Amino acid sequence: MDDSSANVAIVGIGIHPFGRHPGMTGRAQGAYAVRRALADAGIGWADVQCAFGGSVAAGGADTLVSDLGLTGLPFINVHNGCGTGGSALAMAERAIRSGDHDVAMAIGFDKHPPGAFNADPEASGLGRWYGETGLMLTTQFFAMKIQRYMHEFGISPATLARVAAKAYRNGAANPVAWRRQPLSEPEIAAAPMISHPLTKYMFCSPGEGAVALVLARADRARRFPAPPVYLKAVSFRTRRFGSFEVFSPWLAPERAEGPSTEAARAAFESAGLGPGDVDVIQLQDTESGAEIMHMAETGFCKDGEQEILIQSGATEICGTMPVNTDGGCLANGEPIGASGLRQVYESVLQLRGAAGQRQVPGMPGVAFTHVYGAPGISCCTVLTT
Amino acid sequence: MTAADEAAVPVDEGLFSWPDEPRLIGSICQACGTTTFPSQLSCPRCTGTDIRAVPLATTARLWTWTVQAFEPKPPYRADDPFQPYGVGYLEVATQDGSGAVLVESRLTDADPERLEIGTEMTLTFVPVYRDAAGRQVVTFAFAPVQTAAQ
Repeated sequence: MDDSSANVAIVGIGIHPFGRHPGMTGRAQGAYAVRRALADAGIGWADVQCAFGGSVAAGGADTLVSDLGLTGLPFINVHNGCGTGGSALAMAERAIRSGDHDVAMAIGFDKHPPGAFNADPEASGLGRWYGETGLMLTTQFFAMKIQRYMHEFGISPATLARVAAKAYRNGAANPVAWRRQPLSEPEIAAAPMISHPLTKYMFCSPGEGAVALVLARADRARRFPAPPVYLKAVSFRTRRFGSFEVFSPWLAPERAEGPSTEAARAAFESAGLGPGDVDVIQLQDTESGAEIMHMAETGFCKDGEQEILIQSGATEICGTMPVNTDGGCLANGEPIGASGLRQVYESVLQLRGAAGQRQVPGMPGVAFTHVYGAPGISCCTVLTT
Repeated sequence: MTAADEAAVPVDEGLFSWPDEPRLIGSICQACGTTTFPSQLSCPRCTGTDIRAVPLATTARLWTWTVQAFEPKPPYRADDPFQPYGVGYLEVATQDGSGAVLVESRLTDADPERLEIGTEMTLTFVPVYRDAAGRQVVTFAFAPVQTAAQ
C-alpha cells in the first residue's frame, strides 16, 4: 500500500506477442499494446493525459495518435538506444510524480530484421574502420566480457547452458513469448558456436514486439479495476570512465563499476529497499553470460557466487531468487524499444499474482527490473504491491 | 601480406603509422596520464585537453578474446570468402612505458584451443579489402609470439 499522491502506480498493462509478425508493422504492434493496456486499466485513449514512447527501428511513437485518436495530448518521442523503453517509463513516472498529470502512458515497440544488429559506427562517434574491420558487434562484446568474467570468477560453460535452458523453459510457459520450445542443456551447449564461449542458443535474437503501460497517481490507483502495482523507483545511468562497455575500441586498464551497478544502487536507495527484499527479478539477458554478470552487478550476489546459485536452482521460478520468469530476452527476443517495458509488464503480472503457469509462489511483493545496452546505459526499476 | 607491402594503405589514417616501422598511435593526457587508442582530443577521465600522441609498444598480452564465427553485415567489408576471425582486448603499454591501455583488435588466430588469456602477442597487419583504386587496405591485428622453444 502506497497511496500518497506523490507516488506512482501502474494501473494498466498491454503487450503484443514478441516474435516475428510478417505483414504487421512495429507501429501496429505498438497500437495493439496500447489498446490492451487501456482495456486493462478500464479507460479510453481520451483519458490519457500525456504519453512517452519510442522505437529504435520502427518509426516515431507519436504517430500512433493517427490510429489511437487525435486528442491533442502531449506525446514525447524517446529514442535512447537500448534504454528507450526505460527512458519512456522514467519520464512518464516523473510526469505523474511532479503533479502535472494524473494518467500517463509509456509505450515501446520495435521490429528488427533477422540477424545480428549492424550498428553504424559514425552514428556512435566511432571511425568507419571499426565497422569495416568487423569489430562493431554486440555479440563480440558480450562474449569477451563473459570470457574474462569466467576466467576471473570461475563460472563454468555448463552454467551458461543452464541459464539458457531456464529461459526456454520459462518461455514455454509464457503465451506471448517467441521461443516456446524447451531446449536441454546438452542441446544448448552443443549448438554452433557464435562467439566463443557462447553458442547459438545462448544468444537472444533481434525481434519484434510491443508493450504499453498506464501510470497513474498512487492515491487514485484503486479507482482502476486491476490491483495496483507501485513504481517505487526508476533509475537511469550512463557509463563512467573505466567500465567495460559495448562498442569500445579501447578500455582503461583499471576497472570501474558499470552503469548497471550504479542504476541498481540508485533504484534501491530511492525505493528504500535492498536486493534482499526482492521476490522476483528481471535482468538483461542479451546472452546467458549477461544474466550471470548482471546478477552481481545489480547487487543480488557477489562475483562468482552465481555458479552455485544457478546450479542449485536458486534462479528458477520456484527458487529463492527467481530470474527472468517470462523467459527474458533469450525466449522473447530483443525488440529494443519494447524490451525494458516487457520486464515491467512481467513484474506487474507477477505482483498481481496473474502470471499463470510461471507464477512465483508465495505472493511476491517486490519486483526488480534491469536493462543494459549500447553504448553503456542501464535502467532499473523497483516495483511493489 | 607484410608490413613492407608498400602498395597497401591503412584502413584509417589515424590508427597507426605507415608504412615504415608501423606502430599503433594512441594519445596520453598530460594532466592525468590516461592513455587512449585511437588518439582523442580530450581526456575521457579528467576532461583535460592537453593531449599528446604516443606510439604504442608492439608487444602485448591477451586480456580477453572471442572468435567471430559468422559474417557480419555491412559496414563490414571483405573481398575474400568469410573465414572466422579472432577478436580480443590486449594490454598494451605506450612505447616509452609511461602509460597503458587495453586495445580491441583482430587476432590472426581463430582457434579457441590456442587462444588463452595472458598469451603474449605481437603487432601485425592483415588485409581487409581492396579499395576502388585496387589498393590493398590493411588493418592492425595481433599474433601469438612464436618462440624458438615452441
